[in-house]
Amino acid sequence: MTQVVQAEAGDLSIFAKKKYPLLQVKGLTKRYGARIGCADVSFELWPGEVMGIVGESGSGKSTLLSCLAGHLAPDAGAVIFETGAGPRDTVTMPEAERRMLGRTDWAFVHQNPRDGLRMGVSAGGNVGERLMAVGARNYGTIRTAALDWMARVEIAADRVDDRPAAFSGGMQQRLQIARNLVTGPRLVFMDEPTGGLDVSVQARLLDLLRGLVRRMGLSAIIVTHDLAVVRLLADRLMVMKSGLVVESGLTDQVLDDPQHVYTQLLVSSVLQV
Amino acid sequence: MIEVRDLHKAFTLHNQGGVVIPVMAGAHLSVAPGECVALTGASGAGKSTLLRMIYGNYLVQAGSIVIGGMDVAKVAPRDIIALRRETLGYVSQFLRVVPRVPTLEVVAEPLLTLGVAPEVARARATALLQRLAIPERLWSLSPTTFSGGEQQRVNIARGFAHDYPALLLDEPTASLDAANRDTVLCLIEEAKARGAAIVGIFHDTAARERVADREVDVGAFAPGRM
Repeated sequence: MTQVVQAEAGDLSIFAKKKYPLLQVKGLTKRYGARIGCADVSFELWPGEVMGIVGESGSGKSTLLSCLAGHLAPDAGAVIFETGAGPRDTVTMPEAERRMLGRTDWAFVHQNPRDGLRMGVSAGGNVGERLMAVGARNYGTIRTAALDWMARVEIAADRVDDRPAAFSGGMQQRLQIARNLVTGPRLVFMDEPTGGLDVSVQARLLDLLRGLVRRMGLSAIIVTHDLAVVRLLADRLMVMKSGLVVESGLTDQVLDDPQHVYTQLLVSSVLQV
Repeated sequence: MIEVRDLHKAFTLHNQGGVVIPVMAGAHLSVAPGECVALTGASGAGKSTLLRMIYGNYLVQAGSIVIGGMDVAKVAPRDIIALRRETLGYVSQFLRVVPRVPTLEVVAEPLLTLGVAPEVARARATALLQRLAIPERLWSLSPTTFSGGEQQRVNIARGFAHDYPALLLDEPTASLDAANRDTVLCLIEEAKARGAAIVGIFHDTAARERVADREVDVGAFAPGRM
């Protein structure tokens, strides 16, 4: 437990100053039979960076995210993660190690909180479970950490014993974030984290995510179709179409001076409020 | 501090028949530390476009923009992010913030991102909001519901929170009353005195004459004039 807390505050700041990327993706390709899921995707993600991936439904952005996070096996390419003990290709590493990574250094926030939460377990249990998966055993410390994280995502302490099924959609999403971040991951994958939420709840979640990313020095990859969300959250942006990355760059540059025909269409199609 | 050389820019509108609109050719600009250069020219001449290119918000077709030894036209996005965090500030005409974030936090954010202690950052933000006459009862509210003038002053406070060595100002005194306009001009003069290199667009002639050391007519960089 103590180690987890230290990893959150101490190690990351040192890590952020090092001169190598946290993640190096090279030629990542996934085919579904003859169809392309995503093809030849390469990029680097540096400590503390937030990268957005945008594109319409079916553009391959969720396939890419699943391949990056090890939920889908790519047909070609490498996903090299800078573990504490040096860079490792997570595509070729044994399944057990990849799963361990998914419980420690990595986190995955699903669009639907039901996919990322255990609906039959209490809210506190959902947060504590991830701690227990990395070896925490003391009930008192686990409960304290769970309460601390519920407070950070603005869920009242008196809801700790309630099941997520009794929560609103926004609360469920915040609980999922708490469950994911309690072990102090260094890289968070998010699939449409604000999708399906009311705009007022979205704003609250955006504020929360931005604060957490800055305070914890997290790196994140966020898949979304919402350009306003990436403008506020992401440092860099990749635009996908038909499984290919058609444009990438600084988020505001890609949105304000798009170069590719598809990005221009995407940006000009956003309704003004 | 800011060296712009032989800059070319054109927009290609792929969804409107692929029409290419050249907007700038052979732009030059050099700004020394402690100097303020005002961009002039008719509306549509490319003043904002030039400012946005210097900030890395617009790509350039050719040329270089060197700020503190880094060529914005060539470096990777993460280098521009670092440059914007530490060296290059930009006060745009519009405030863009995460909804729900209190005004005090919005203004303190550039300092918090630099790793400045929260108390120090908030003290600085408080001082700026006071100078820019934003009533204290508004500090805990998000600026998204503020009036246009208030939003602009919050934007200016945020732009001046960190002592950037280079500053870009897009109409910083537009829609401000006389007292606030004077405060903003004082902030610009103080920035110059500490050695900031400033490029600005000022439609307000009196303001321009007060803070600018030189004027550069962007109309001279119009394509087809060469």
